Amino acid sequence: MTMSMTLPDPSEPLLVYEDLNVWRGEAHVLHGVSFTVPTGRVTALLGRNGVGKTTTLLATLGLLPAGGRVSFAGTDLIGLPTHMIARLGIGYVPEDREVFSGLTVEENLRLAERQGEKPRYHLVFELFPDLALRRRQTAGTLSGGQQQMLSLARALLNPNRLLLIDEPTKGLAPIVVENLIEALSKAVGETTVVLVEQNLGVAAEVAEQAVVLDEGRVVFSGPMRQLVADSDLAGRLLGVSIR
Amino acid sequence: MTTFILITVTGLGLAGLYFLLASGLSLIFGLMHVLNLAHGALFGLGGYTAWLVMDRLSVVHDPGLRFVIALLVAAAVGFGAGGVMERALIRRLYGRLVDQVLLTVGLGLALVALFGGLWGYDPLVLDQPRWFGEVTHVLGARIPNSRLLILLVALASFGGLLLFLDRTRHGLVIRAGVENPNMVRALGIDVERSFTLVFAVGGMLAAIGGTLGAVFFNGISPALGTNQLVFAFIVVVIGGMGSVAGTALGALLVALTQQYVNFYAATGLGDVAVVFLLALVLMIRPQGLLGKVAP
Repeated sequence: MTMSMTLPDPSEPLLVYEDLNVWRGEAHVLHGVSFTVPTGRVTALLGRNGVGKTTTLLATLGLLPAGGRVSFAGTDLIGLPTHMIARLGIGYVPEDREVFSGLTVEENLRLAERQGEKPRYHLVFELFPDLALRRRQTAGTLSGGQQQMLSLARALLNPNRLLLIDEPTKGLAPIVVENLIEALSKAVGETTVVLVEQNLGVAAEVAEQAVVLDEGRVVFSGPMRQLVADSDLAGRLLGVSIR
Repeated sequence: MTTFILITVTGLGLAGLYFLLASGLSLIFGLMHVLNLAHGALFGLGGYTAWLVMDRLSVVHDPGLRFVIALLVAAAVGFGAGGVMERALIRRLYGRLVDQVLLTVGLGLALVALFGGLWGYDPLVLDQPRWFGEVTHVLGARIPNSRLLILLVALASFGGLLLFLDRTRHGLVIRAGVENPNMVRALGIDVERSFTLVFAVGGMLAAIGGTLGAVFFNGISPALGTNQLVFAFIVVVIGGMGSVAGTALGALLVALTQQYVNFYAATGLGDVAVVFLLALVLMIRPQGLLGKVAP
């Protein structure tokens, strides 16, 4: 018997959400969310605070119980344990960085190494040379920007097929944001990305697709340029004005 | 001065026992947020296993060698029992604190009753090598060799545990898991396997402690481990949940306070002093001396 691995068709979406429902305690946060994430593109997941963006990412990773269907390259993720979902080739950069503060930079990265995959240290140290200089430094003593670099480096260490990135610029100084976005754009290449971002300017810079959530429902799904071009629409959905 | 040295070395030996019992508790709580109230029974299990080996393994004539075998067998039994406890019982109850407490209290009581049913409630004296009863002169004080042995084994266990946590991938996963188990999972690591390993290692350390405790307390009785569990919890709280170095520091503080107060103030006051020490630490540093504030 021979086994063959089917490569994903770039014209097919890599990630498909169908009727995703998530409760957090008593609160029904996501109400039948459905959208697709095209292969090899950056899709921005936008919306005001508390509309369910982070919840969508957590449910994708199996960190919250969910109903409905989340399909990644044909594999249904609902019900799979988180570590199995990550091993399918999904990297995660959480909202508050969540680096292991008691471990060194090197240990944080070593932890992210996956069996059977060659860790891409050359790539992460090329993107974030500061981390190479601080290998022995405890992650808890790094600045916010350096912690964000480490969090991104952890996700980029393996050749993931999908990156889930949650508000990478949150709380960072503009100059740090600029450097981070530049590094992210370089690193992502052909990788599919779901980017949760409050800063519409940043999202518009890196994303080709946009999905807007409001009160746990999808209210817009389409090209980012369409959203950016229509300032009334963006203002109504996101509460921001675009110049 | 010689009395002070003797009391200090005895206190250090007791600290070693507390460390062996408390380190597993601390890691289990730190990683899984499980209060394992049956952990003391693993201390007892280690003591009874060692007693059985010393009593029945007559084919090994040298009592020193027999004790080494007893210690290793007890460690292996504790390792297996800790792992089985997690796999068979605790795993179903993660996140259900009340159920965990009920289960582990019940399990602890059941094991104590089982030990009593099998071997009676009177202490069983461990057959010891003659060298244990001899003394070594330390700065003029006559220190029983058994105290030095307990101290050495506890130090070796502490060093071994630190090496395990510092130098192995399992140790790295455990240290990270104590901080943020969900992020460890999101990196593709099956953290549940580490849960079993931590229970097993905790069981092993407790069983080593039980073997040495049978020497220190001149015998093993069913509730010996459960009685020590209260002090082990105090050690964990003083040191900081999840911190191995904190546990070692807490064990030293608790054991030495007990010994000095019992000798220089009044017998029995040592336990009261330990409770005051606990209250003091909780007022000044509620997360424990080397513990971290929960995010």
